Amino acid sequence: MPTYLRQTRQVAITLFAVFFFTSLILLISGAPPLSAYYHILRGSLGSWNKISHVIKGWIPLTLCGCGLLFTFRIGLWNIGVEGQVMMGAVFSTALLRLGLQSQSPGLFLAMSLAAGVLGGAAWAVIAGFLKTKGDVNEIFAGLGLNFVAQGIILWLIFGPWRRPGVASMSGTETFPVALWLPKLSSLRLSPPALVIVIVALIATGLLLRYTRIGLNLKAIGNNPNAAFLFGLKPGRYMIVAMVFAGGFAGLAGSLQVSGVYHRLLPAISSNYGYLALLVVMLCNYNIWLVPLVAFFFACLNVGSIQLPMVLQLDSSLAGVIQGALVLAILGVYAWRQQNRRAQSAESIGHRA
Amino acid sequence: MGKIFFWGLAIACFLATAVFTAPGPGLAAEKPFTFGLLLVGPYNDHGWSQAHFDGGKYVEEKVPGTKMIYIDKVNPADRAGVTIPQLVDDMVEKGAKLIIANSDDMKDGTREAALQHPEVHFVHISGDGVLTGKAPKNLSNLMGRMEYGKMMAGFVAAMTTKTGKIGYLGPLINEETRRLSASAFLGARYAWEKVLKKNARDLKFQVTWIGFWFNIPGVTADPTQVVQNFFNTGYDVVISGIDTTEAVVVARQKKKQGKNIWAIPYDYLGACQGAPDVCLGVPYFNWGPGYVKFIKAAMSGNWKSEWDWLGPDWKDINNPDTSTVGFAPGPALSVSANKALDAFIRDLGNGKINLFKGPLNYQDGKPFLKAGQTASDQQIWYMEQLLEGMSGQSSAK
Repeated sequence: MPTYLRQTRQVAITLFAVFFFTSLILLISGAPPLSAYYHILRGSLGSWNKISHVIKGWIPLTLCGCGLLFTFRIGLWNIGVEGQVMMGAVFSTALLRLGLQSQSPGLFLAMSLAAGVLGGAAWAVIAGFLKTKGDVNEIFAGLGLNFVAQGIILWLIFGPWRRPGVASMSGTETFPVALWLPKLSSLRLSPPALVIVIVALIATGLLLRYTRIGLNLKAIGNNPNAAFLFGLKPGRYMIVAMVFAGGFAGLAGSLQVSGVYHRLLPAISSNYGYLALLVVMLCNYNIWLVPLVAFFFACLNVGSIQLPMVLQLDSSLAGVIQGALVLAILGVYAWRQQNRRAQSAESIGHRA
Repeated sequence: MGKIFFWGLAIACFLATAVFTAPGPGLAAEKPFTFGLLLVGPYNDHGWSQAHFDGGKYVEEKVPGTKMIYIDKVNPADRAGVTIPQLVDDMVEKGAKLIIANSDDMKDGTREAALQHPEVHFVHISGDGVLTGKAPKNLSNLMGRMEYGKMMAGFVAAMTTKTGKIGYLGPLINEETRRLSASAFLGARYAWEKVLKKNARDLKFQVTWIGFWFNIPGVTADPTQVVQNFFNTGYDVVISGIDTTEAVVVARQKKKQGKNIWAIPYDYLGACQGAPDVCLGVPYFNWGPGYVKFIKAAMSGNWKSEWDWLGPDWKDINNPDTSTVGFAPGPALSVSANKALDAFIRDLGNGKINLFKGPLNYQDGKPFLKAGQTASDQQIWYMEQLLEGMSGQSSAK
């Protein structure tokens, strides 16, 4: 079968699986699937305002995705990305708090971005060292650090950074507008944030494809044992990958503070880190797919608010649909792998 | 390559359909007046948010030509990444001319949205943006004088308790929650001293805060555990100050285990349903009349930015058309306590009793009201601490 036919078939099967699963779930919950799809679509792309809200979610997803490409490339499962987003947000908030009395808020905004990168990277390096020096699996280290990061945020909100006279988990005091990332209010968009993401994407693409770092990450990821023979130190490169992943995640957290919520709140990371893991896996670690798939997920996030609003569906259904989507795509992927394996086994059999 | 092709195609389809289905010029004539409701909790929480939802339904019923749209669970824990301005944009696109935000937590988001949509009217419930001058002209504040409802709750709690220990399940600590728990305490102390003629020192009133308006697992303290703890340590009446029904639910369980205990839910007229054996009554909000006032003002072009603190209708505090705050006695309330409550309500209404009258001290002994001094609205609204005689935190440590 020609390649393009096989690919078209694959796309068709994946799409079919996706719609089959989600329709099934919608039907079970008593919702008309077609109008549900229609409202998700309209709700995410039906107007410029909606598209700009999609982009608002797309920014942190894509940033985290960029970071995760580095760790996946070297074979690390950086589950800790969620906590790295949180620590980026914490460091940024700390910087912005220092800028409260300042005459040059722009300077503190810029520094808060840098602090976000630093915070995320530092948090990731902890997991990196636990992996390389302590032989602790990065998945467990990452999960643990996520809980610690969440704990730190809760403690800060309820303790040292509480609003005067108030003890509430709702968040810290909102920053004055001077400390908000500049935004075109008619478009609901922040040009600096957009520029940051695009630069991050291009930088990630170039680094991974054209530099020695990218090549070495891949070499170690493919075969850590052979890497030694070439004089590469896997441990060192793992730390490098973690620094990049944490840095990008921290930047996402920083933008959540200065660009979206303008304060620190317990749910500041909004699960974008975990979602980005899915995005990158679905992209099969291909960087040019990351922004596209991230956009798709962001659409789903924004559009699904229509389900409770228009169709009076329970809103947790959006999460179920998202899960079904991932399952469907992974299912097709697994089926494809198995096919390939069966095919190659067959061809070996023929040769013998 | 195939994957890029696939996702590119998928998104292209998505975009194309969106363009084709974009809203065209609608029929301008005979459009209903649409108002939007942003609810912090589930619309059916048997508490704070359901009371608002019912208020919206009341408007649809009483003001011809109005239509409600709503979205519930508007909080970052339930809807990660969703912001108030984003939801407001969506409601405005759906035609909303007035938007009601029902949580203290939405203060900043509502102001941001109000600045972005100067042609749309906003009502922020429980806020003080108009008082502090931070609110733009299209934003008003509305709250009910729940202080009275809480006094009645405290009153029946003290009339009922056998151990003299009353627990108050508090949400987060701010000015609103301080004045409401203090009101419950004042009602309880009045019943204890003036009606039952007991010694004030034998009345224990403990406030325990969970950290938010409702349970967020892993973030707040668990209200179920807090209530269990009250009942396990000798408190036999728990007054709820949170948005949801944990106090009554736990009370029912404990009652089934043979404990002689009671609970007083909050916010929602129907909150006693299903708990006839433990529910002493519920102080509730009746948002309908307040909503109607603002919506009619917006419809007729007579909008004014106001800070409205609407009280009970003392002629009948349970009149759905006139009274913003009410108290519905529960099935577990004894006949004698009910009778005393009626007299208490009557005296509150005719001004014979004013519980916010000095001498009253703050928790640390600092004077709040001098002897004979009655508190102004602002003094009550901005209470700095709990009152002397109450246990529990006045603010964050």
